[in-house]
Amino acid sequence: MIEKADQIFVLLAHWLVSFLPAFLQHPAMVLLGVVAIIATFPALFAITVLLERKGLGRMQNRYGPNRVGPYGIFQPVADGIKSLTKEDIVPFSADAVVHFLAPVLLVVVVFMGYAVLPIGRNMTLVNMDAGLLFFFAIGASSELSVFMAGWSSRNKYSLLGAMRAVAQMISYEVPLLLSSLTVVMITGSLSLNKIVDAQNQFSYGLPHWYVFTPWGLAGFVLFGIAAMAETNRSPFDLPEGESELVAGYFTEYSGFKFALFFLGEYVGMMGISGLGATLFLGGYSAPMEVLGFVPSWFWFFAKVMLAMCVFIWVRGTLPRLRQDQLMNFAWKFVLPLSLLNLIGAGLWRFMGDGLLRWVVCSAILLVAYVAMGRVGMKREKFGPRSYRYAE
Amino acid sequence: MLGEGILKGLGETARNFAGSFVSADRLTTIQYPEERAAPIEATRDFPFLVYDGADWEAGLRCVACQICEKECPPKCIYIVKSTDKKPDALGKPQIYPTRFDIDISVCMSCQICVEVCPFEAIKMDTEFELSTTDRFGGLLYDREQLAKSNEYYHTIHPTEAAEVDSRLAEEKAKADAKAKAAAAAAAAKAAAPAAAAKLAAAEPAGVAAPVAKTAEGEKQG
Repeated sequence: MIEKADQIFVLLAHWLVSFLPAFLQHPAMVLLGVVAIIATFPALFAITVLLERKGLGRMQNRYGPNRVGPYGIFQPVADGIKSLTKEDIVPFSADAVVHFLAPVLLVVVVFMGYAVLPIGRNMTLVNMDAGLLFFFAIGASSELSVFMAGWSSRNKYSLLGAMRAVAQMISYEVPLLLSSLTVVMITGSLSLNKIVDAQNQFSYGLPHWYVFTPWGLAGFVLFGIAAMAETNRSPFDLPEGESELVAGYFTEYSGFKFALFFLGEYVGMMGISGLGATLFLGGYSAPMEVLGFVPSWFWFFAKVMLAMCVFIWVRGTLPRLRQDQLMNFAWKFVLPLSLLNLIGAGLWRFMGDGLLRWVVCSAILLVAYVAMGRVGMKREKFGPRSYRYAE
Repeated sequence: MLGEGILKGLGETARNFAGSFVSADRLTTIQYPEERAAPIEATRDFPFLVYDGADWEAGLRCVACQICEKECPPKCIYIVKSTDKKPDALGKPQIYPTRFDIDISVCMSCQICVEVCPFEAIKMDTEFELSTTDRFGGLLYDREQLAKSNEYYHTIHPTEAAEVDSRLAEEKAKADAKAKAAAAAAAAKAAAPAAAAKLAAAEPAGVAAPVAKTAEGEKQG
């Protein structure tokens, strides 16, 4: 029974394709998986948007949307209808083809990342040996779509937004990769399924998640920061800073293309949350051995939605960074710490079991964190301004 | 330590998030069409015309002096003077406006018309639900739409209306006294030759007083 609940979607898919002739069964299976992903995550996107609007409202001491349906739960439907019925405007001097392709590319790329994510036990669409590499390779292409949008719009705000986005995404791609590299070092595999299997063990009823190790915790935090920057989320939302750039790289988009950008952003966030959960929070594994009876896919979605809530929470709390602060933070703090974390993970791997590796790893990371916070992030003091006028 | 402020901030937003569900003074939103804020006395938006008594047309305080029309900065008032005179609420024959239009789409709510009006005839309203589907005709208010009773004025601006009422009563009392004095003087004048003719009047004032009273009585009548 527990096994059935866990594998319900797998069994359902097998049952559905069993009606087809043998040579069609494998393509149909893949197609079903694709359809399931394309149906599930936009639905989660709708829930997230509602959650965000209501949650942000509560954080700012106001009700969020509460007019459409009971407690405003049909607000995403209204939003969807609105964006579908709005006029789709392409600026006169825009590059129409690239302008059209940019949102499409973003959505395609973002959904492709899900191909390698283990959503549940036996629920990986493509069980790739280099799944992590594939995810990052595909994820990096979203920068291209952002730049396509900004360049083709022929609008100074769009271009500025796109330039910022590219600078930011490339800067934070490095710590994102380096912080997930630690997991690869410990597991010895790029396959996301193997990474989950390595964490899906329990001692004393508690799981072996990587986040419960010093290097894993540091890696998780660094990964979270880099992921926020990668997905252009507040406080790293400079590319779409409303107060200075109208809407950033998608200023010139309206109607459904705008909705596609919006969808792409949130689905991308969910994808990177899923990857973070897979790498550090044990993917689809239960948080306690006694909770093993709950289906594995539930844990995956629970972790993703929890990560989305943290994204919303952080958005409600922090103001937007300045461009120089953003770059300082990336290159002077996140990058050195993630490099050091690689050393920490290496020590952890070769120091054997015991208390010593805990002490050494924690001490290195903690000292580095405090020191770098003191030195690297020190606020520069500027004296009074002096001017020299031309004679 | 680095990150302390971020954690503090996260705690603050979390407190707000949880607090908005339990504490009413955190969630101060008034959900407008169903709930309404208590009226604020100093609110003002567009002018209206005050009338006394029950009939708006007869009781209009406005005497079409056109001061407000001339002073209005955006020129949103349009007045046509009457050619005849009609008795006002006090019975005094006055010129009245045959047309008094305010285009509230032009009005900038400056209250200058109210300040310049010597007759306390134009005051500021608090009614704000003025949306209409006709943005030209629907926002051009005529006499009838503008006329609102003094009682209504008392309900929206009680302090100000009481002041206005006492001022008007004072003025009326002053005017009455003046009229009385004038009548008395006239009566005295009328009585003086009569007394001289009679040559026998010892106390002319004693005679004059009833005369003045009757004169005043006639005027009141």
